[in-house]
Amino acid sequence: MATSVQRASQLTLADMKGKVDPDWCPGCGDFGVLAALEKALVELRIPNHNVVAISGIGCSSNLPGYINTYGMHTLHGRALAVATGLKLANHELTVIVTGGDGDGFGIGGNHFVHTMRRNVDLLYIVMDNQIYGLTTGQTSPTSRIGMKTKSMPFGNIEAPVNPISLALAAGATFVARGYSGEQKHLTELIKQGIEHKGFSFLDVFSPCVTYNHDNTYQWYRPRVKKLEDDSAYDATDWTAAMEKSLLWGDEIPIGKFFERTDVPTLHGSEPVLNEGPLVHLDARVPPDVARTFIEELM
Amino acid sequence: MKQTFAIAIGGAAGQGVATPGDIFAKIFSRRGLNLNAYNAYQSIIRGGHTLLTIRAGPEKVTNMGDRIDLLIPLNQDTMDRHLGLLRAGAACIYNADTIKPGVAASGVQLCPLPVSELADITRNKVAQNTLALGAGLHMMGIGFPALEEVLREQFKKKGEAVVAENIGVARAGYDYAAAHFRAFANPLPKMEKRYAVLSGNTALAMGGAAAGVKFYCAYPMSPSTGVLHWMAAHARKAGIMVRQVEDEIGVINMAIGAAHGGVRAMCATSGGGFALMSEGLGMSAMIETPVVVINCQRAGPSTGVPTKTEQGDLWQMLGAAFGDYPRVIAAPLDIGDCFKLIPEIFNVADRFQCPGLVLCDLLLSEGRLSVDPKDLDFSTAIDRGELITSSNGNGAGAEVATNGSYKRYKITESGISPRAVPGVPEHIHTVATDEHMEDGVLISDEFTNPVKRRAMMEKRMRKVAGIEAAVAPPKLMGPRDAEVTLIGWGSTKGVIEESCEILNEQGISANHLQIRWLVPLHGEAILQILKGARHTIIVENNYSGQFARYLRSETSFVPDGHIRKYDGEPFMPHHIVEAVKEQLAGKTKLSVPAHEIMV
Repeated sequence: MATSVQRASQLTLADMKGKVDPDWCPGCGDFGVLAALEKALVELRIPNHNVVAISGIGCSSNLPGYINTYGMHTLHGRALAVATGLKLANHELTVIVTGGDGDGFGIGGNHFVHTMRRNVDLLYIVMDNQIYGLTTGQTSPTSRIGMKTKSMPFGNIEAPVNPISLALAAGATFVARGYSGEQKHLTELIKQGIEHKGFSFLDVFSPCVTYNHDNTYQWYRPRVKKLEDDSAYDATDWTAAMEKSLLWGDEIPIGKFFERTDVPTLHGSEPVLNEGPLVHLDARVPPDVARTFIEELM
Repeated sequence: MKQTFAIAIGGAAGQGVATPGDIFAKIFSRRGLNLNAYNAYQSIIRGGHTLLTIRAGPEKVTNMGDRIDLLIPLNQDTMDRHLGLLRAGAACIYNADTIKPGVAASGVQLCPLPVSELADITRNKVAQNTLALGAGLHMMGIGFPALEEVLREQFKKKGEAVVAENIGVARAGYDYAAAHFRAFANPLPKMEKRYAVLSGNTALAMGGAAAGVKFYCAYPMSPSTGVLHWMAAHARKAGIMVRQVEDEIGVINMAIGAAHGGVRAMCATSGGGFALMSEGLGMSAMIETPVVVINCQRAGPSTGVPTKTEQGDLWQMLGAAFGDYPRVIAAPLDIGDCFKLIPEIFNVADRFQCPGLVLCDLLLSEGRLSVDPKDLDFSTAIDRGELITSSNGNGAGAEVATNGSYKRYKITESGISPRAVPGVPEHIHTVATDEHMEDGVLISDEFTNPVKRRAMMEKRMRKVAGIEAAVAPPKLMGPRDAEVTLIGWGSTKGVIEESCEILNEQGISANHLQIRWLVPLHGEAILQILKGARHTIIVENNYSGQFARYLRSETSFVPDGHIRKYDGEPFMPHHIVEAVKEQLAGKTKLSVPAHEIMV
């Protein structure tokens, strides 16, 4: 996403530090996502007060409290809906939505699909750990078949959603996958996602060291392969992206799967915003316009 | 008895009941008459049975009344259902080619129109409607030019040929009536005033525009959809962002997001959609971002009767969202009030940074009423409260705008903390649905703190006292020492008012207390009013007496009797009048009037 042209003269990582430190478990993948996000914002020099971090509920959704930007810690699954409203009220703000896989693909699945098709200009980072952490370890929409959890002690029998394929099918205009253990790469993807004009989806493997004993750093490390390392891969080719999104096993692609820049954003398609952000418009209906509204009824 | 005249037009959905209804309404309002229109219909796009009642008069008309003066059945079904309702002096105009009259009461004039002789029905499919319009107008003693003017406007988009065709057909009906039918005994006078005629939904939407709403979103749901339709059609002229959202959960959250960005945001739904919004209301209260939600009630539970009215959602509104939190709930009293209430409730919600809930119902939402255009005031006061929209503090918040020390949830005596919107430098903060400290930092996770939790609960709840002072208590209408006091809330105001007039005319002195603000209720003021009442009856459109139970829970007040209706149709004045009489005679304490019109 990108509407903000305003840049701070200089930003440091210290400027990004929130009022409190994260209370995530030591080793949690979410630390890596927070660090990469802070780096990306510093490198892009977006003034802190023009950024709003919006989350739902869950471990990863605590992120807005840990970063020095405006923040909203909303309801479980509803961050994208709140973010859409906020972006439409003031499209000059840089909106970054963060959350987990349960929040985004489970309880928030409906908003996820519709926010993508609307091409709302924001970056949505999902810290995907394939488990419910804050509720102490239940199966999530991205848990693999066979995974044993407290809610499915004999193993998961439901097929997981494929967030990348889903995003491609729903019309997301920027679709990428990162890995919390690949800092530089992740920072780069976040920067691209912020700069993209439209809905940017970034699914990040963010291992849960407490409850997910299947999909660990050790499990991911040998499997993740950067799409950027394949010079033949064309991220403007939707069909190729869809094919890549289906890969899972010994080789799991990370990187930018897809981007298209020819789709208008939601706020860019609405003439009401031609005069500027809603929040800056005059609240009053002009008297001559109000008169026509009443005359219609007479 | 005040002079009124009521027309009922009935047919299957899709037969064109609405157009002659609109035309009659326009002619009446242009003659300076007051009118009320109520459409009884079903959840069907083609077929079924629809009955539109338009009642007009030189004085205030607030409800459909007790009497049909002119029935226009567009099909046999309508004739069969309703001819029996007509009393002496009434008339029925119908297509003699296709409809057989039943047995009418004595003094009822049957007016058959030989439609195929008077118009070319192969060219004009709704000729019977237009002929009946013309005939009816003549019988009411209204000159043809009034009809010609409205037909010209109605059809001008379709070209001169269509205009001429319709005027010709209407004229034929008019002339045929002159030659064959008896005119009504008491023609309605022509008055000097001019009224706007609008539905409650249009009024709610326009009230939103007048309140400075910049963001409106909704999921379609009867009977609230009219608000969305007005908003969508007028959005670009009024400078309002209007979105249709995937579900009502998305609606409330999107509205809160926009409100948090600093604009006034509103949404409307019905009971089912409101149920989905409940969790979001708690967020509005917890993060202290005001939003206005309208619930246009329909008959429940569940999908219920989507096209019928009820006041059955009061307890849902009272119980919406878990936990204790400040909010306001108001029920508009009539269609004009639908407009007036919205800026008022926004001012309260903005000042006290809490959700504002409007409890409307199908009767007002889809009914239509003549309203003095002066009452549609687009220059009404807008009070955004302590809102900081720029770095130098924008008024009230100036003193807290010092670098780094801004506390979004600053503990104050009033409970109100100056609210900065995202984008303002030096006011960075995170709002949270978790319990938080003054600076927004969570206390719910790592170090839950009973002292801080209590302080924040008390800060928020202190706003309740301010809200109570900001909202006017209800007033008793009518003679103080009346034999009977009728108590109602919201949309029943008009029909109770007229019932009181009839009772007073019949020698039973009656007065009336109508509740508009449900939260805050002003229980003490209500008790003071009711203390001296001789016989109290609560009138409401639901099964269990939801308001009676609420009033009792807040004040311990128990009335002498109840009048309730839950058949989907609104009260007619005689329902209330007869119930009052039977209760004063000691026959019952609970009256449930039967609706005589089968719709």
